[in-house]
Amino acid sequence: MKLTLRIWRQKNPRERGAFVTFPLADVSEHMSFLEMLDVLNESLIDKGQEPVAFDHDCREGICGACSLMINGYPHGPLPATTTCQLHMRHFKDGDVITVEPWRARAFPVLKDCVTDRSALDRIMQAGGFVSVRTGGTPDANALPIRKKEADLSMDAAACIGCGACVAACKNASAMLFVAAKVGQFAHLPQGQAERKERVRRMTGQMDKEGFGNCTNTYDCEGACPKQINRRFIAEMNRDFICAELTE
Amino acid sequence: MRWLVNLALSSIGAKVVMALTGLVLVAFLVGHMVGNLQVLGGQEPLNAYAAFLHSKPALLWVVRSGLILAAVLHIVSSVRLTWLNNAARPVAYAVKRPILSSFASRNMLVTGLVVFAFLVYHLLQFTWRLTNPAFSQLHDAQGRLDVYSMVVLSFSERLIAGAYVVALLLLGLHLWHAIGSTFQSLGLTTPKYRRLIDAVSLLVCAVLVVGNVSMPVAILMGLVQLPAGVIAP
Ligand code: HEM
Ligand code: FES
Repeated sequence: MKLTLRIWRQKNPRERGAFVTFPLADVSEHMSFLEMLDVLNESLIDKGQEPVAFDHDCREGICGACSLMINGYPHGPLPATTTCQLHMRHFKDGDVITVEPWRARAFPVLKDCVTDRSALDRIMQAGGFVSVRTGGTPDANALPIRKKEADLSMDAAACIGCGACVAACKNASAMLFVAAKVGQFAHLPQGQAERKERVRRMTGQMDKEGFGNCTNTYDCEGACPKQINRRFIAEMNRDFICAELTE
Repeated sequence: MRWLVNLALSSIGAKVVMALTGLVLVAFLVGHMVGNLQVLGGQEPLNAYAAFLHSKPALLWVVRSGLILAAVLHIVSSVRLTWLNNAARPVAYAVKRPILSSFASRNMLVTGLVVFAFLVYHLLQFTWRLTNPAFSQLHDAQGRLDVYSMVVLSFSERLIAGAYVVALLLLGLHLWHAIGSTFQSLGLTTPKYRRLIDAVSLLVCAVLVVGNVSMPVAILMGLVQLPAGVIAP
């Protein structure tokens, strides 16, 4: 099929960017979105032009490196799908596709569609861990955990840290990300010792990074390729309020 | 004191401020509506109710102070939050589509500000009684302020009644998102109760809109009329 791509090009963080339009013929519906961009880049390289920069790594939906705002949706219009897992059969011949980087003050554009998402790493460094020696592998079931709680922890831990929640939020808020990273420990016994410090430190870092505030609009949940539930935001709010009121 | 200020400035704490002050305002709206619905019962109950409120200045001012405090905190933190939120995305998207967000949730500042503008007009009209002096300086046979006639005369004007209906619908839009949002901000939602909370939000919102809109509409339709002896100027 034939497509028209409107892609954001920006040389570096300081210069102003702009959209550049590329017609693309012979796109196979079996390609992934990133493979389609690879084809575009091959043709640009052949013409001696600079290829379009975009983030990617595993290309199997598990690493969280890929991004891209595609026609107004983070990771494109398909629910629960990362850009690397989005296939061109979901587009029609003749479509005009707008591709932009994720826009947030906390995610400065480095080049074209690549943004610096290290703000999320700094939030993790502020408390997204359990700081006790875990020793060797413990016996299975040495520490009983209710199935339901273990499942909830795993649901939260499904977050791949891609930042789609920030990209989707009208306030560029990172609440769903932080809530998932707080929630994966809040449901496990190992997470209890540092539960109060963790939520305060991580949300404190979130505020420092210049993300917006949650206004409970839930586009984050709709955009999340791992379908992290808004319940974790409510749980984090509750943990934060308890921590603030009791210490 | 210091920690309280820091808490109110943190992103989750600021939402707690919004939620608690919003709840105070919603509670007031319910009481205000129930009291005023007495206009449907005629001159006697409404004027007696108004005279009763004015006979308790201490109580009236305690309630008013609480409301003013709540309104100021609500407005200040909403404007501050919206400003921060806009600053968090300095470059706008060329194309951005909503996914799960509602229209109401995306326009809270706008609906809030319209409600505020309406509130100022409402106070000028019925509390300070400045906008229609011809309607608002009447007294009834017992010498009480004739609030009933003031309301009926005001809402007989299509423009005034229409402005109330529009403002109330926008307030409804604000509350439709706000009530459910309050539970989430306070950390009280869970998937088990989400449907219930959504239903309760919609119900409270509908009761407030229908109850309040019923007054100007009933008057405009002539269902509630001026008492004998009061002639429209
Ligand atoms: C009778 C008047 C009002 C009532 C009953 C009311 C009630 C509420 C409630 C319950 C919330 C939800 C709080 C939360 O999300 O946790 C809210 C949010 C909000 N209110 Fe009001 N409000 C009123 C007037 C105003 C005014 C005058 C403004 C204007 C500046 C305003 C601006 C906002 C904003 C921007 C939010 C958004 C917060 C969010 O989306 O989470 N409100 N309101
Ligand atoms: S490239 Fe790893 S999730 Fe898409």
